[in-house]
Amino acid sequence: MSQTAELKEREQKLQGMGTSLLRKEDARFIRGQGSYVADIKMPGMLFGAIVRSPYAHARIKGIDKAKALACPGVVAVLTAADLKPVKLDWMPTVGGDVQAVLADQKVHFQYQDVAMVLATDRAAAYDGVALVEVDYEELPAIVDPKKALLKDAPVLREDIVDKKDLTHGPRTHPNHIFTWEAGDKAAADAAFKNAPITVREEILNPRVHPCPLETCGCVASFNKATGYLTLYVTTQIPHLFRTVLAMLSGIAESKIRVVGGDIGGGFGNKVPVYPGYVVATVASIVTGVPVKWIESRIDNISTTGFARDYHGVGELAADKDGRIKGLRFTALADHGAFNSHVSATKFPAGLFSICTGSYAIPNTYCRVDAVFTNKAPGGVAYRCSLRVTEAIYLIERMMDVLAQKVGVDKAEIRRRNFVKAEQFPYTTGFGWTLDSGNYHAALDKVLKAVDYEGLRREQAAKRADPKSPTLMGIGISTFTEIVGAGPTKVCDILGVGLFDSCEIRVHPTGGVIARLGTMTQGQGHSTTYAQIIATELGLPASDIVVEEGDTDKAPYGAGTWGSRSTPVSGAATAVAARKIKDKAKKIAAHLLEVAEGDLEWEIDRFKVKGNPSQFKTMKELCLVSHTGNLPAGMEQGLNAVAYYDPPNLTFPFGAYLCVVDIDKFTGEVKVRRFYALDDCGTRINPMIIDGQVHGGLTEAFAVAMGQQLPFDESGNHLGNSLMDYFLPTAVETPAWETDHTVTPCPHHPLGAKGVAESPHVGGIPCFSNAVIDAFAHLGVTHMDMPHSAYRVWQKCNALGLNKR
Amino acid sequence: MAKTQKVSFKLNGKPVEATVEARELLIYTLREKLAHTGPHIGCETSHCGACTVDLDGMSVKSCTVLTVQCEGAELTTIEGMEQGGALHALQQAFHEEHGLQCGYCTPGMITRAYRLLKENPNPSEQDIRKGIAGNLCRCTGYQNIVKAVQSAAKKLAAAR
Repeated sequence: MSQTAELKEREQKLQGMGTSLLRKEDARFIRGQGSYVADIKMPGMLFGAIVRSPYAHARIKGIDKAKALACPGVVAVLTAADLKPVKLDWMPTVGGDVQAVLADQKVHFQYQDVAMVLATDRAAAYDGVALVEVDYEELPAIVDPKKALLKDAPVLREDIVDKKDLTHGPRTHPNHIFTWEAGDKAAADAAFKNAPITVREEILNPRVHPCPLETCGCVASFNKATGYLTLYVTTQIPHLFRTVLAMLSGIAESKIRVVGGDIGGGFGNKVPVYPGYVVATVASIVTGVPVKWIESRIDNISTTGFARDYHGVGELAADKDGRIKGLRFTALADHGAFNSHVSATKFPAGLFSICTGSYAIPNTYCRVDAVFTNKAPGGVAYRCSLRVTEAIYLIERMMDVLAQKVGVDKAEIRRRNFVKAEQFPYTTGFGWTLDSGNYHAALDKVLKAVDYEGLRREQAAKRADPKSPTLMGIGISTFTEIVGAGPTKVCDILGVGLFDSCEIRVHPTGGVIARLGTMTQGQGHSTTYAQIIATELGLPASDIVVEEGDTDKAPYGAGTWGSRSTPVSGAATAVAARKIKDKAKKIAAHLLEVAEGDLEWEIDRFKVKGNPSQFKTMKELCLVSHTGNLPAGMEQGLNAVAYYDPPNLTFPFGAYLCVVDIDKFTGEVKVRRFYALDDCGTRINPMIIDGQVHGGLTEAFAVAMGQQLPFDESGNHLGNSLMDYFLPTAVETPAWETDHTVTPCPHHPLGAKGVAESPHVGGIPCFSNAVIDAFAHLGVTHMDMPHSAYRVWQKCNALGLNKR
Repeated sequence: MAKTQKVSFKLNGKPVEATVEARELLIYTLREKLAHTGPHIGCETSHCGACTVDLDGMSVKSCTVLTVQCEGAELTTIEGMEQGGALHALQQAFHEEHGLQCGYCTPGMITRAYRLLKENPNPSEQDIRKGIAGNLCRCTGYQNIVKAVQSAAKKLAAAR
């Protein structure tokens, strides 16, 4: 065997970074042996079911439990009055507000939790729910956030009516939560005053729901003898969850164990701490037996973690060539009944100020006004970092609006405004330092791949032909994401910094176990992290086991959301592995009787420079590290733990292009082609990356083309089952074409940036831009999503396009 | 306690018996009484297909079948796919083509694809997309699921 072939074979054996290693986690799932929360059955376990409010806004005049308690199998009915003695009828939120655990005197949204029925089995619990009699006095509801701050608007939150400030600045109205702003308003206003071209558009990101296939639920098990609480729960943040439970319950955090188990998709929906979890926990503490609570699908869509509901206004000022000179973006944010929006303490409107996107824009200002309405609380980031989809949707839509006003091509307007490759690191007007990027190259690669000029020619021909039964639209999105929260100097939740961690233990025969503070929900962490360690330590990925989600085992971390696993925990993994490698090198030098400086690393071993026959493999060093044959004073073992506090967030980017054909007579939008180029820096497992991009694009397609939570004027939810809420099937989901460039992140130990949310963030505006582009020649500059056939038909009809 | 009755059927080739209320849905009997937690619950309204099982040669959503309807039936679930220690071609193909992420839809999806390939051993991409339209996946975007079913179809054809 030649030397190169031998090196290649050794490298392949590791299945490290850059290889499409098949997933380690699949073995149990393809056999139906996953272990999800709903699968758990414990002796004596009770089942909890929740009584929910039929009204969006009502006073509770009384609750009669008698009939429910008489129902066979029903053990107890818990209401706010039962939670009061343990001070858990209300709980603090991450947004500086409080939230009712069970409705206390008033309900503030339809389906709000009013009581929990505990019974010996599931069916009996639901029988009991039907028999709890609640006497309501209906009150006028606020559904439209634009009406929340009217002078005569009903006051929703009587419990905080005297609070002048919900930790994010003064409130100007009882239904006002906060006003948050960033940038330089005076400079932006001046830029608009002097600009030859200005554009303005009202742009809605409607209320949607992440809707993972598995709903939320838990099994709470309190052991009265030991005082230990174990909570098996659908959570993306097991460690922060444990901290919250300790804060709420007063139980020492060392006596609480949170277990994530297998999670059936999260997409942000499984970040918050929901009332159901808290009531089930109290119920277990009170009864001394395990209590299981599993949401129905209607509960899930109606009450847990919605997303968006940002009513935006975008304004750009530009010179006559379309070079942007000023940006003003504002949004009215509908936070629902309580301010339990998921956000870092210092960012009440999340990372909305990433809204300059991929463009070099001076004179920027943005503002978000958040208000209460009678809708479910708990806004989450649906497959994105906090409020990033909202921000990028605005800028990517406004770039098209500007192109139309200036009269230049939509690719060209982007080229003229991109941050140039040589400008990185580039600090935006809002203070974010984009660490790396190569936007022109990414866009050019996509345009070439799809023959953009040819597509525009075809479109022009169609537009010129009045007999064409279809409209053709071409959408472009050249987005920049902000992920990997985040540096502890700016990012914390409840005072806990958003660092993350990895602990690696190497066993004598070379097997490795790694434990992390993140929590996979399908992203393939067991495989990706193992590949990082395989490359760093020269031990085969097949022998590396990854564990997450059990707070008794894993070191502390902030969990998996905001594409933070690779940027933060991936970095921690590399750092921990390098600590081990450093120690192994010392052992190798000791064994080979050379100085450390005389050694070089080669795939899976340390070699003596200039003497290739003298080497020690990592596998050999694993065993030696467990003997007494070590350098003087060195302890046994090859273990390390790393807590990684990222110096900056990461900024993955991409260029997407979508071609749609729209039936003028039915409004049906057919996606002919979707080409997605992503740059997530160093690529650890290309197969998993592609899978994440496919999934993210499909969720973008869902949002752009069909998802919206509808309400009537009384606050009744009109679309909370899968009958009404759009989840694309295999039939309407387009085929995806993926591509990539690689611009490594300069501050990440591996150069990686995170990827799974980019396709969602970049995909939604790409679909919208394609649909609206189909009408652009008719003077249309904006249409609100979702672009359902009926809505698009309405536009065709209004424009008279459907006349034969 | 409401009136109960005994129901007997074959589950993955083995005779089983369960005592159930008339209102009990098959998915709960499988998961809670017969320890078959492979089929999952995603909606309870027949839309998502996570609970798909094979009932007398038909794909059914076990969240909308009453257990008492299954007297004397032959049922196959994901747990019955592996035969004699060997994975079914579909299980292997889902792994090889990265046709799963969180794994929640996977048991229903594979069980549906199993019946689809019995009905149509040589399906086109469109046949597959239509054939699995009753099974929702939130993670994969279906592309690799379609590839997995195509790949399994080829392997099964070659083995015939």
